[in-house]
Amino acid sequence: MALLEVNDVSKIFPGVRALDQVSFTLQPGEVHALVGENGAGKSTLIKVLTGVYQPDGGELSYRDAPAQFGTPMDAQQAGISTIYQEVNLVPLMSVAQNLFLGREPRTGLGLIDRKRMDREAREILTGYGVTTDVRRQLGTLALGAQQMVALARAVMVDAKVVIMDEPTSSLEPREVQTLFGVIRDLHARGIGIVYVSHRLDELYQICDTVTILRDGKLVHTGKLADLERIKLVSLMLGRDMAEVRREGATAFSGAATGDTDAPPVLRVRKLNSRHKLHDVSFDVRPGEVVGLGGLLGAGRSETIKAIGGAYHLDSGDIQVDGKDLKKPTPVRAVEFGIAVQPEDRKAEGIVPGLSVRENIALAVLPRVSRFGFVSDSKVNEIVDRYIKRLRIKASSPDQAVGDLSGGNQQKVLLARLLATDPKVLLLDEPTRGIDVGAKAEVQSLIDELAAEGLGVVLVSSDAEELVEGSGRVVVLRDGVVVGTLTGDQVTTEDLMATIATEATREH
Amino acid sequence: MSTETVAARPLVDAAKIKAWLPKYGVYAAIVLLVVYNIFFTPYFATWSNLRIQLIQVAPIVIVALGMALVIGTEGIDLSVGSVMALAAAFIPLYLGYGVVAAILVALLAGVAVGLINGILVARVGLQPIVATLALFVGGRGLAVVISEGKLVDIRNQDFLYLGAGDLLGIPVLVWIAALLVLVVGFVVRRTVFGRRLLAIGGNRPAAELAGLPVKRVLITVYVVCAVLASIAGLLSVARIQSSDASSVGLLIELSAITAVVVGGTPLTGGKVRVLGTVAGALLMQLVIATMIKHNLQPSTTEMVQAVIILIAVYVARERKTR
Repeated sequence: MALLEVNDVSKIFPGVRALDQVSFTLQPGEVHALVGENGAGKSTLIKVLTGVYQPDGGELSYRDAPAQFGTPMDAQQAGISTIYQEVNLVPLMSVAQNLFLGREPRTGLGLIDRKRMDREAREILTGYGVTTDVRRQLGTLALGAQQMVALARAVMVDAKVVIMDEPTSSLEPREVQTLFGVIRDLHARGIGIVYVSHRLDELYQICDTVTILRDGKLVHTGKLADLERIKLVSLMLGRDMAEVRREGATAFSGAATGDTDAPPVLRVRKLNSRHKLHDVSFDVRPGEVVGLGGLLGAGRSETIKAIGGAYHLDSGDIQVDGKDLKKPTPVRAVEFGIAVQPEDRKAEGIVPGLSVRENIALAVLPRVSRFGFVSDSKVNEIVDRYIKRLRIKASSPDQAVGDLSGGNQQKVLLARLLATDPKVLLLDEPTRGIDVGAKAEVQSLIDELAAEGLGVVLVSSDAEELVEGSGRVVVLRDGVVVGTLTGDQVTTEDLMATIATEATREH
Repeated sequence: MSTETVAARPLVDAAKIKAWLPKYGVYAAIVLLVVYNIFFTPYFATWSNLRIQLIQVAPIVIVALGMALVIGTEGIDLSVGSVMALAAAFIPLYLGYGVVAAILVALLAGVAVGLINGILVARVGLQPIVATLALFVGGRGLAVVISEGKLVDIRNQDFLYLGAGDLLGIPVLVWIAALLVLVVGFVVRRTVFGRRLLAIGGNRPAAELAGLPVKRVLITVYVVCAVLASIAGLLSVARIQSSDASSVGLLIELSAITAVVVGGTPLTGGKVRVLGTVAGALLMQLVIATMIKHNLQPSTTEMVQAVIILIAVYVARERKTR
């Protein structure tokens, strides 16, 4: 008897098939891992299960009866609870109030029975390893403890299904163990758990079954113990041969290794940032493309942003061309010749309301102006050069960037970075969400730029893109460099093997 | 093929109107109102009436210019009325040292307030509405303390020339406002500062990542806004020929925000419409004047203003979701 079951569910957004006939079954007392890279459809599936989205096709059944959740409230009342990465409780209320929010114990007069509430809260939370004063404001607790409160609340609502979306991403190792204890307890009580995480070690520790999604499709489901790590990683990252044949391989001409004797243009030593990066070190030589490999949440984007001065570092040294970049800020990083292409183009890259011209010239305004007055001819010179070079397709340089296609938006962003004459280019998923043609163009551009002597750092979840584009791949896991692939090792097989190796690091 | 195009025609027109309205709706409304007044309001189309309208609207235009810049960065400045009061309070105190000295002190008061607002917003990270609320409340109080709560008559003729004088048959006040409109328009379109301001309002994380000096630009915007407000304050003193810190610039922040919004500058930042802002101020002024000339209650006027604001915001919203 399945607890929760979806059959051939699809969800279509304008231009994207976020879920394509995905089936998923959760048994009572089962801890079911749901894995996949960004855009694989995990969040969409969760949102379908919890009533946030209505599926465009397929059916849902819950406790052997057809079900339809019109709103998140419906799903919750039916006994499906979700714990998100970000704790969604009320930070200014007390721990006990949060726990009992909406179903506070009452006194004979119908008023809230505070004493009873506090006492019961204390009893419940002890079981979750939270021994703090329950009258404290929730917001003053450590994130891990807050998450435990959220979990306790979820289970208290008579949950039959608990969905956990990366519950350990902000937890201390000790808290992770407490969480696992709670999960084992829920498991024994017959509650079904959907567990979303990218930490393979955790999955193998706690989960019974696994469902792997890729590009909105189901690629594998079955017992986790029967699935080798390497196989799991290749299922997550790999593309089918059919797909490769259809789209063609990447447009990279070959591994850009640069001049192996040249001093590094970027030297990164021992970057540390709490919970996210631990002693990350690597070099990039001029003309070299260094790939950063790893699963989602491994610290790739954080590394790139930290070098660009946009992510907090507790310690670490960064050198560009032999010069120390102390206390990096975005302003100083740009001065030193570092250009960052952020992962989220819309949120952190383009300024959608401004024109192609303004977007390209944005970072170099002082250079194209005199006494603070912008020279249109100088701006146009730069803008025309990059529109031609990157083959940006816009009706005119005055067109708003927000109206362009994804690929052209990405090119505009790259044009802005290149206009600053950088020494090092840090690219975070440069080909995500752009069409095949633009993808090939961006890939050959990366080759070209490296050939001109730029140092490039490339982050890509597309294993083939990473392997074919990079001369060397630094592999990260949980914020630690776990290996470097060079020369003949730069293959998808070696990449996956390195990602999949078991962590030996002591927490 | 041909039937399709025929069927599609009205749709295209509707889309055109939708795109056209937020950009030019203000101007159309002004034209409509002027035409109505020429026919139905006695003594409307006279030189003296036009003079009065322009003189009255000039301080609002000046304050609204600064407000438009701040709103362009996705901010808001509630303290402009208090800045006007501060400027007004300092004028009589320093007129003894000469007109230039008095004006400089008034402007410096604006710089100081702008710096405080800017630092609270850019460095401390307060929300603009809260940061400027502090000086909205405290600024006027300080101005009243400085002026000892007195209404002071101003008799310095050189200073009063700013408020009552004419140059080539047009009031000096109007010249100054027009000049400031040109300067601000130029700054927005042609300077590094102007373009950075729009980028910050359009997408602040992107502007930061592109290496723009975001905090410096934000602080500068608030200083410019406050200085424009202090100019409006001293001009108001020169026009009414007396300084009363408790009444100068009262509620002007609302008129200024209205002018900006009605003029088509979105509150979401990233865009500043300078001429639209002037038109917005003119439209509201015309509405009030029309109502007064037809002997309608001030309360009616207020309700009509409210309707205009709602229409302006609605039209802008329509375009965004298009």
